[in-house]
Order: sequence, then structure tokens, then C-alpha cells
Amino acid sequence: MPILSARDQDAVRKEFERIAGAVKLVVFSQSLAAPELCQQNEQLVREVAELSDKITVEVLNLAIDRERAEAYGVDQVPAIVVEGSRDWGIRFYGVPLGYEFSNLIDAIIVASTGEPTLSEETLASLRALASDVDIKVFSTPT
Amino acid sequence: MRLAQHMSVASERVRSTVIEATEFPELSRAYQVMGVPKVVINDRVQFEGAVPEPDFLGAVLQAVETP
Repeated sequence: MPILSARDQDAVRKEFERIAGAVKLVVFSQSLAAPELCQQNEQLVREVAELSDKITVEVLNLAIDRERAEAYGVDQVPAIVVEGSRDWGIRFYGVPLGYEFSNLIDAIIVASTGEPTLSEETLASLRALASDVDIKVFSTPT
Repeated sequence: MRLAQHMSVASERVRSTVIEATEFPELSRAYQVMGVPKVVINDRVQFEGAVPEPDFLGAVLQAVETP
């Protein structure tokens, strides 16, 4: 049974008209750690990817593909890395449903354009950063 | 949180992770998540709730300041 309704699919397809370049969704799963959530996450990502020919999916195993996980800095499952022309550093831990689903769609679009919608002042400050910034956003679907 | 993701794209220095709090209870406990959205930057600066872009940027800059 699909996760996305026909109505969801239509809404996402409309959003995806703004996709500019290729996007890769790298999914990390580990069936022993969280089988149901990982399965649900993979299904959701595949359903989303079907809505645009610019999106590809790669599924990796956290326990087996350790080097890739380390390179991405991923240590939890289920996880999604949203990559555009490069790895922008966008990660999702957990199945992005509900409110987080719209975040995922927005992340895909901004990853494809490489053009964040931020003020000039914010962009200038971020360009001047001299050290790394790790932002964790705790969220829930509702 | 849209702002965090856009900041990631704006700077190679910024990484953003959206964490589904109920699926990661240990992480949520470790970061004392009581309400969502809760934002934690460099494990140093944190706030709850949606904030305007200048405030979010202010928190980022505060997090990278030398103590």
C-alpha cells in the first residue's frame, strides 16, 4: 500500500516543477536496528523519487557500508542524505512524514537549485564562517 | 526547519540534521527535548520553537564564537 495518496503525489509533482538539477537521495538502513522504520523510510523515498525523473535513490546499509556512513557523518537509521551537485550537508534521521515531509520536499528543491532563499545579510554572514556549524533540529510529524 | 537546510546549502561549513524526536528517544533525552521544534547548534546553543531568520542566524553566530 502506498504511503503517499494521489493527492499528495499531485501536490509534490507541482512542487517538483521547481527542481533545477539532479538530486540523489542516499538512504541508510539497517534491518536489525529498526526494520519497520527503515522499510517505511525506503518506501517513502522511492515514492518521492518516482515523482521526478531528476531524483535518484541509493540505499546503503549502515553496518555494511561503514566507510560511506562515516564520510556522510551518518550514525543512525533510518537516515536520508539529500545531495545535489554536491553534498550540501542535509540529513534526515527518522521517517520524514507529516510536517517533516514538507521539509524533505523543500530540501530536495533547494539541493537541486543550490540557491537558498535567505537574505543577503544571512548569506554574507554564512559565507564568512570560520568554523564548522552542526545544526540539529528535533521535530515530530504533527 | 527550512532555515537550517537552506543554511547548509549556503555554506559548506553548515550541516543540518532533522531528527524525528519520537523515533530517537535516546537522542531526544540526551538533548533534553521537551517541545518541538527544538534546535541545537554545535551542542552549545539551543532554542525551542520557530524563530525569524535573523534570530536563527544570531544563534548560529553565537554557537561559533570563541568561549
